Amino acid sequence: MKHFLLAAALILSAPAVMACETVTIGDLTIEHAWSKATIGAGRPGVFYVEITNAGSVDDALIGIATPAAAMPMLHETVVKDGIASMPHAMSIPIPAGQNVQLSPGGYHGMLMGLTTALKEGDSFPITLSFEKAGEVTVNVDVLSLRAEGPDCADAGQ
Amino acid sequence: MLGVGAYRTRNLPTRSELLPLPIGEMTWTLTDHRGRSVRPADWAGRPVMVFFGFTWCPDVCPTTLSDISLWLEELGADADRMIVALISVDPERDTPDVLADYVSNFDQRILGLTGSADEVAQAAADFRATYRRVAKDAGDYTMDHTAGVFLFHPDGRFASIIDFHEDRRFAVPKIRRTLS
Repeated sequence: MKHFLLAAALILSAPAVMACETVTIGDLTIEHAWSKATIGAGRPGVFYVEITNAGSVDDALIGIATPAAAMPMLHETVVKDGIASMPHAMSIPIPAGQNVQLSPGGYHGMLMGLTTALKEGDSFPITLSFEKAGEVTVNVDVLSLRAEGPDCADAGQ
Repeated sequence: MLGVGAYRTRNLPTRSELLPLPIGEMTWTLTDHRGRSVRPADWAGRPVMVFFGFTWCPDVCPTTLSDISLWLEELGADADRMIVALISVDPERDTPDVLADYVSNFDQRILGLTGSADEVAQAAADFRATYRRVAKDAGDYTMDHTAGVFLFHPDGRFASIIDFHEDRRFAVPKIRRTLS
């Protein structure tokens, strides 16, 4: 826990790279919110984030909303028998004491109906709704289509 | 040991049902992102890496192409002779121009391939890959598709598959085994 707080303090004092920003709501810490540039606005964008539940009560991410997309949804990439599919996730469990990543190849937000193409270097707000902790808005950094994640000093992946 | 082998032979599908054909036995014709026609014979004598995907795919496809780009960077000039191709399973939206725009974001050695619905179906059959259109709201759709990366030796023999969730550190050695 001490390490965690120290890391959080360091991030807050770091230069403003938004994906490296940490936002807390109740027992939840939200960080590394990022997206990938899109070619045009016709294709769906993607949203990744890392959520840590430091409390003793299970929570769940039940929805996302953003002015950047008309129809943002939670999805999970599932590979079964070598075939990738992308079922809609009604909610993403954030169990007590655990860290959950929406990351390439797993859970992710799918941003359908983009209002404009996402360009590298842009950022946009997204509001996360949690079953218990309520709503919180974070800024999402748009990285290149090739990016594998934000380059934060603490990125422990 | 012999007994175990015999048991396995009886209970598994035969090899030909599971594995991609050798490149030389494939019969597809596709069009690359520069508008040129491509046939399996064009790849003779070169190691091959193929991935099925589509440009509307937000997660699996850019992730795989980012990975492939990193592997190619790590292999450097050793991989220059390798054919590296993304075959679109969504030819309705992925025209050569769309693919050109898309692959320009990744390693320059990656080709985008597309074709008519029948041409893509033939390619998928030759590689033993599958794909399926999944309807979404408002007439929109997405595609389920084989997510592995196929590797072939320069003589066209199938070498191996890099699975989507496989530890990515094993990928470069697997690719290297097809380069010699």
